[in-house]
Amino acid sequence: MTILIQNGLLINPRGTSGAYDILIDGSKVKAVAPRGQITAADEVIDASGMWVMPGFVDMHCHLREPGQEHKEDIATGTLAAAYGGFTAVACMPNTSPVNDNEAVTRYILERAKQAGFSRVYPIAAITKGLKGAELTEFGILLENGAVAFSDDGRPVEEANRMRLALQYAKGFDALLISHCEDLTIAGDGAMNEGVTSAVCGLKGISRAAEEVMIARELLLAEACGAKVHIAHISTKGGVELLRQAKKRGVRATGETCPHYFSATDELCMNYDTNAKMNPPLRTCNDVEAIKQGLADGTIDAIATDHAPHAKDEKRVEFQYAPNGIIGLETAFSLAVTNLIEPGVLTPEQLVERLSCRPAEILGVPGGLIAEGLPADITIADPKAEMVYTEGSLHSKSANSPFLNRPYRGKVICTMIDGVVRARR
Amino acid sequence: MPIKRKDLLGLRGADAGLIAEILSTAADMKRIMHAPERKSNLLSGKSVVTLFYENSTRTRTSFETAAKLLSAMTTGIAASSSSVQKGESLIDTGHTLERIGADYIVIRHPVSGAAKLLAEHVKASVINAGDGTNEHPTQALLDMYTMKERFGDLKGLRVAIVGDILHSRVARSNLWGLTAMGAHVTLAGPGTLLPVELEQAGAKVTTDVRSAVRDADVVMPLRIQKERQQAGLIPSIREYAKFYGIDGGVLALAKPNALVMHPGPINRGVEIAGSVADGPASVINDQVENGVAVRMALLTLLSGGSAQ
Repeated sequence: MTILIQNGLLINPRGTSGAYDILIDGSKVKAVAPRGQITAADEVIDASGMWVMPGFVDMHCHLREPGQEHKEDIATGTLAAAYGGFTAVACMPNTSPVNDNEAVTRYILERAKQAGFSRVYPIAAITKGLKGAELTEFGILLENGAVAFSDDGRPVEEANRMRLALQYAKGFDALLISHCEDLTIAGDGAMNEGVTSAVCGLKGISRAAEEVMIARELLLAEACGAKVHIAHISTKGGVELLRQAKKRGVRATGETCPHYFSATDELCMNYDTNAKMNPPLRTCNDVEAIKQGLADGTIDAIATDHAPHAKDEKRVEFQYAPNGIIGLETAFSLAVTNLIEPGVLTPEQLVERLSCRPAEILGVPGGLIAEGLPADITIADPKAEMVYTEGSLHSKSANSPFLNRPYRGKVICTMIDGVVRARR
Repeated sequence: MPIKRKDLLGLRGADAGLIAEILSTAADMKRIMHAPERKSNLLSGKSVVTLFYENSTRTRTSFETAAKLLSAMTTGIAASSSSVQKGESLIDTGHTLERIGADYIVIRHPVSGAAKLLAEHVKASVINAGDGTNEHPTQALLDMYTMKERFGDLKGLRVAIVGDILHSRVARSNLWGLTAMGAHVTLAGPGTLLPVELEQAGAKVTTDVRSAVRDADVVMPLRIQKERQQAGLIPSIREYAKFYGIDGGVLALAKPNALVMHPGPINRGVEIAGSVADGPASVINDQVENGVAVRMALLTLLSGGSAQ
């Protein structure tokens, strides 16, 4: 079985880019050839006017399985991923039970094999039970398929525990992903601290809560010579800290999420719980700095932090609502609308942030379309308008502030191992 | 009767016309309170439920008295805030009260935005009696009524609100309401108790109490809670009283005919000296009485479950 993707614009920053067609044979890419050279195939996908890209890799999402299947499960989460153009996702360990031992890691991989629509890479906890104390068995977890470690949702509170985790991880060249939040500063804050929180009377979270911890992690990684990845950067100061650390040669990388370059804390003004997440939405200054960080490469990756919650869980008082929004399906449209259309990123840069860099940081396949490699390919129309509605989402949950509004950029087809997993 | 609104959730965004209408209706209600029969049938057959997730004797009693003076039935529900998190959701509670027959739900709740959430899900009129650190509009309305009673007009008045602005829904409601009516509000307190960036919303904010009080027409100290000391927000009550309390010396900086107001209950010798609370400038007890009139006014002005 051969498939020919023709007439598209290949955006493939680590390989051949431009007016190329792709021939897929079975699960692999058989040829990448100048447009029009290949003529025969069992099936032809006409990608006229579209971008053909290596499949996106989300290095930060919550699939909720095991334990919270009322919010999402591996089948629905990975289907949402496929419809968002993601051919691979790395899922955070704050499931129930926590992914802090190989049994849970293997369970996730097994479920993904049975029911998944995208590749799944489990991220295991740094500390047992996410309690910030004893380390998990990094070596055994890596052997069983974990690709990185994180206590996401929480920081490793004690600085020395984090220092030891980084030192230990170095022996396995393992990646630690840090949720940067000083809990004593954040307190029971529910949104960004600033004029909006002052006006609507919601408890604020100072940017310092995030930045103090980013600074700590960067200094600890520097001291140990270890790798650290900063999750969901939301502030201008956070971008600058990472920029300076990279200049000093710290082995640090960082990600942001679509909402941090697409929205501000003004969405919280009406107590919309679908605008509540951690870290919180910030302000225009921060949004501009995040965009700048994406443009100059300080921020390596765009991750979704896809965090599904059931409707009833979000239909409560703002203070009591859980943090998080879904993001797998809307990520590409938000990126095209807010990064490509205004000229913040080139298409090549966007593919770097959505595909090449996250694959590279996690050390997983992907980020490249080339002869002989698995055919993990995303085709999208950068000009088409897209409106997401509760009914059209593939996730079990619809907790998003980005529904019912038009965006630019539409994922048309997502293919994994040469098999079409989502098609619009 | 003018157009009836369903709810009163806050004074942020309220226009001067609405506030003026409530205040003038409150004057009518005050006359009813002082008439020999002390009763009106305006709300006969209506049901007013007070749903309080926080303790408050003053505000609840004031609302219940207002409702009774208008011949409404009243029901008081004291719900603990934890029951919301553990059990029935606020929306479900609202639906239950509605089917029991509540025309008005007066809600006090420990978190901001709760009154709005309830109002969006019930047909009954919702009156916010304080939500978290967001708003307490009836307190601000009674404050404005009291000022208007003394000065005749709110326009151009200089009002200094002093104390724990960060945690004060009274300060916010007064800021929005008074600003809408053309008064000038200055908020003063220790830096740890001032919301960051509130000045970007057009408020005057300072840590210098004396400058805030200078030439003020109204000085309004707010209650300071002892727990702020344990939380590291202030070093001690003694230091707070010395630098942020309103005593005769500070009050002397205000205009000669300035009023002292306080949302109560007062901490004598802490945010307000006893001599100031009992002194000639104090209208603290007038505020309490006017609270009933303002709440009567609101109950008659809102649609009461039957939006027209």
